[in-house]
Amino acid sequence: MSKTIKTAALLSAVATAVTLTAHQAAAQEKEKCFGVALAGQNDCAAGPGTTCAGTSKVDYQGNAWSLVDEGTCMEVMLPAMADGSERMGSLEALDRDLPEM
Amino acid sequence: MSQQAFHHALLDPARPVPDGLTDGAGHPAGRRYAVYRNNVAVSLTEALITGFPACAALLGADNMSRIAGRFLRQHPPASPLMIHWGAAFPAFLDGLDGLGRLPFLSDVARLELALRRAYHAADATPVAPNALLSIPEDRLGLARLRLAPSVQIVKSRWPVAEIRAFALGLGAAPTSGAQEIAVLRPDYDPEPHVLPPQGHAFLAALQANMPLGAAVTQCGPGFDPAPCLALLLGHGAITEILTCPG
Amino acid sequence: MHSFTTLPAAPGVGYKPQHYAEILAGAGPIGWLEIHAENYMGDGGRPLAQLRALAERFPISVHGVGLSIGGEGRLDAEHLARLKHLVGWLNPASFSEHLAWSTHDSAFLNDLLPLPYTNATLDRVVAHVDEVQDTLGRQMLLENPSSYLAFSESTWDEPDFLREIARRTGCGLLLDVNNVFVSATNLGFTPQAYIDGFALDQVGEIHLGGHDEDEDDHGAPLLIDSHGREVADPVWALLSHTLVRSGPKPLLIEWDTDVPAWPVLAEEARRAEEALARLAVAA
Repeated sequence: MSKTIKTAALLSAVATAVTLTAHQAAAQEKEKCFGVALAGQNDCAAGPGTTCAGTSKVDYQGNAWSLVDEGTCMEVMLPAMADGSERMGSLEALDRDLPEM
Repeated sequence: MSQQAFHHALLDPARPVPDGLTDGAGHPAGRRYAVYRNNVAVSLTEALITGFPACAALLGADNMSRIAGRFLRQHPPASPLMIHWGAAFPAFLDGLDGLGRLPFLSDVARLELALRRAYHAADATPVAPNALLSIPEDRLGLARLRLAPSVQIVKSRWPVAEIRAFALGLGAAPTSGAQEIAVLRPDYDPEPHVLPPQGHAFLAALQANMPLGAAVTQCGPGFDPAPCLALLLGHGAITEILTCPG
Repeated sequence: MHSFTTLPAAPGVGYKPQHYAEILAGAGPIGWLEIHAENYMGDGGRPLAQLRALAERFPISVHGVGLSIGGEGRLDAEHLARLKHLVGWLNPASFSEHLAWSTHDSAFLNDLLPLPYTNATLDRVVAHVDEVQDTLGRQMLLENPSSYLAFSESTWDEPDFLREIARRTGCGLLLDVNNVFVSATNLGFTPQAYIDGFALDQVGEIHLGGHDEDEDDHGAPLLIDSHGREVADPVWALLSHTLVRSGPKPLLIEWDTDVPAWPVLAEEARRAEEALARLAVAA
């Protein structure tokens, strides 16, 4: 097998892509509206007075950490993720170059 | 009194209130100083929750605010732009042990950061979908496709797009495994799209300005670029086609 | 792009994206809008698209919250360059910032932190205001803060301090009437006397916002400038006291936390419109 993609294969892929795009555009879903932010905003308001977050004497140093109450965490069941079933194949493939961003 | 002293006591509630601060009538300021401590901690915590809503939902309110309290002290904003704060959050989460049942949390944070970057990225006019067909046949392999500045790619061993959607009440419980994701922003609303296997490597190569043929080849034999190209074209994510002269 | 060169002596509101459609559909008594500069310093996307559209219809006031003009260190050159870029393409009717600091040792603390009113602070703030005005090529307005505590080393009172900055730099002033009421309550001075001592002829804009009530260690009232509710009645009264002396000014309603539905904000703007109308009748 050739090491580089053949022009014919590339041409055919591009043609397919353009055709797929035409179908996709017709079926495109209604626009979602993230009208608000998606990030913290700057403003000039003050927070809630003299009590709470800023004044509790928690140790903020180091990496030691535990969830205070795991019960408050959302339950996310991931089928066949952790037990080495067939999905591991793709996991290993991905492990080779996990994203740095 | 120096701003150094004011600053350090702000972020460390174990320190005493700095000297020289009063209630206006000569009494020590006491808890009046706590107003500023709270403004800093609360405003930064809220910014983190707004920027990482799925992480906040997965953690629950108490855990999120405790993690935020730690993060804002180790990684306070280095710029006044709150729209960009939190870039260090995914790696910070990787450094925390004890995330228990949420081993995918840092990857969810990476996806949320990618959505935010896409939201604030520069605008760019896309090429028409059929522009690819007008490239001369002999130059197709060497053509470079410039992607919109809003295009972001994320790869995870977890189904992070599904986990995020589930956490935000936008989708059902996850059923798939590892995911490669492109965040695309056709107009102003970024959306995650799951890519076929090797799609992340393909888009990364295009973003690195690699010619189309080489970008396809380095994804390995059997990689078909058509679905990825269709996704990019269909969401206005290709903004320029550069063909080498000769 | 159409450019409005001044803010009208009319009500304006702090712009929130969730009100975009309603503002374009019919802004009621709103004659202008204010934005927080830092939220429009991304590279593109919806925030800038909305701002461009709004600027076609309304005079815009750019209100910075991150320049740290009272900071001990140098002004952040990158941030100043971003402001210059924003003010350059938008050409807003006004640019304003705060008598406060928020950055130290390159950490941005996301709050408007207080300053001692000394000659050393005065010299520093004057130098920074000069630098801002020189860089932007326009006059800026400087806003009085809300105070929760005082510095024992202060030798100036706040109205005189601001008057002196304006005299030495040629900057204008932004008078936040709610901040005056909050500071007066917290530090035990008379808000009317503060207004009477203020350089009202230098005021280019007035702010109004809601505050919360807390108390200090001794049970004394401690008001918090939360911008999270309606403007309090005594603040409206203080506004009337001010307008009689200052004449009509652009009046801004600030509502930044627990942002309400548009009709609630528009109703606040209507109250501001009434305050201006009463002034016209009395004149």
